[in-house]
Amino acid sequence: MSLLELSKVSKAFNGSPVLCDVDLCIARGEFVAIVGFSGAGKTTLISLIAGLLRPDSGEVRLEGRPVTGPGPDRGIVFQNYSLLPWLTVYENIALAVDQVNPAWDATRRREQVERHIAMVNLTPARDKKPSELSGGMRQRVSVARALAMDPQILLLDEPLGALDALTRATLQDEISRIREETHKTVVLITNDPDEGIYLADRIIPLTAGPGATLGPSFTIDIPRPRNRKEINHDPHFKQLRRDVTEFLLASRHRPHATVTRKLVLPDIEPEDLNLPRSPQGGRRLPRRSHEIREEKVEIE
Amino acid sequence: MRSFKLDWLILPLLGILLVLGGWQAVSGRKAARKDAEGKVVSEERVGLIPALPSVVETWQASRIYILEPFAKRGEMDQGIARFTWYSLLLVAKGYGLALLIGTPIGFLLGLSKVFTKTFDPIIQILRPVSPLAWLPLGLVLFLDAGKEAGTLGALFTIAICSMWPTVLNTAVGVRAIPQDYLNVARVLKLSRTKTLFKVLIPATLPYMFTGFRLSLGIAWLVIVAAEMLTGRPGVGGFLWQEYNALVYEHIILSIITIGLVGFILDRLMSLIEARFKSI
Repeated sequence: MSLLELSKVSKAFNGSPVLCDVDLCIARGEFVAIVGFSGAGKTTLISLIAGLLRPDSGEVRLEGRPVTGPGPDRGIVFQNYSLLPWLTVYENIALAVDQVNPAWDATRRREQVERHIAMVNLTPARDKKPSELSGGMRQRVSVARALAMDPQILLLDEPLGALDALTRATLQDEISRIREETHKTVVLITNDPDEGIYLADRIIPLTAGPGATLGPSFTIDIPRPRNRKEINHDPHFKQLRRDVTEFLLASRHRPHATVTRKLVLPDIEPEDLNLPRSPQGGRRLPRRSHEIREEKVEIE
Repeated sequence: MRSFKLDWLILPLLGILLVLGGWQAVSGRKAARKDAEGKVVSEERVGLIPALPSVVETWQASRIYILEPFAKRGEMDQGIARFTWYSLLLVAKGYGLALLIGTPIGFLLGLSKVFTKTFDPIIQILRPVSPLAWLPLGLVLFLDAGKEAGTLGALFTIAICSMWPTVLNTAVGVRAIPQDYLNVARVLKLSRTKTLFKVLIPATLPYMFTGFRLSLGIAWLVIVAAEMLTGRPGVGGFLWQEYNALVYEHIILSIITIGLVGFILDRLMSLIEARFKSI
């Protein structure tokens, strides 16, 4: 039985559809990447899985039970870190650990926090506030907080989207390592096919919105541990990247933008010589209509 | 203009000297009218504003109040620090009351749309009412309290006038809490109380302290009016009594004291506010 199952999930905001008939099955221990354009509805999808949003129709099931709200069994890492700025690294993680495991004694809870700070290599920064940390470090805290809740599934919502390319690569390797250590089920949302292919077991493109849905799933059987340098020359990697990118581009069936141009027609119409002549001119005078028409131009 | 060494000290001092000079220039001075034999017949005040005491006169008349700030010679004849202390005590009580009432109202306004729709109009109507209008009502409300009526009325006035900035800033602060923080609370399934104390209040603190600072400024404004009308001993009461006693120098002494204390209070609150802003 799959750990997470979405069946015919649809969601609309203010009448405009964002997701339509999304089906997804994720097995325990799997690492699935969902890749799509910005604004396609990726965050909506992960919010539905997290239970922060309820689907309009269809169902999200975790271990066969329908998801009715957010909960600590789905650890989520948001794109913008969402750390509480008045708490230190330790306190941010401890808030989660204490809340999720109230029955544990103090020593065990402290060990759980310290272990996860160490897992993301932040022990030297444990007493710092998020404002004193770089973006990459903040995101590590966020990952540590999600993992410290010991969730069934780890949801990563464009976790590296706000980071520079070098930090991004470092953190990708770190996510890969942590995943090897913990064997967690992971759903990664990203807009970078390379990132998805490098990290995941399976990559699924999300078609361009509105009314986005998931495309075919591409299995990535590149053996682990994967090497960032070598993978770029791996023919399978290249093929996957091409397939995913082509699918995404093809899904963008609608033109991106239309421009409306105003056309001003010639300002004068010739006088109609068939009409009778009159001293005031009457209807025989040339008519100036200032007629304006609009032309819509679609830009690819 | 180029800045120079110690300009932070010299320029303000220069400004103060200029104002003092202007004050001295327009103020009145004593002039004796003499008869033909050179005998002083009467004394009168001359100058641009004859009744305005000059800088020197003000200092001479105020010296005893400043140099013996804690002296108590009578109910309405005490050192300036003692008067200030009475005023500050009353402000502290009224201000504390304003925060205790205003902060929860602010939270309710920020959290509940229904509450906002119900009470926002009445708040907007009560907010601009002057302390001078509230005070008589305060005195009437506590008529049964006898001797304490003045104090309680003043407290009521300070509280109701100074709580609005706290109410409104807290409400804005609660509404400005990023959705991310609330999502964290939801994912962790924090209880309502825990969400309030672990997320809502810490996230709102910077706004709350801005409100607290503005409220303190208003509380200090109100105290003078309240003391003037109730005749309580304090800086404002002293000011009004000395006006009635025609000792105009002491009005100026009181004004300077009120201004200085208000300035210091605002600075102290700014320091505290800055601490919470830094998160």
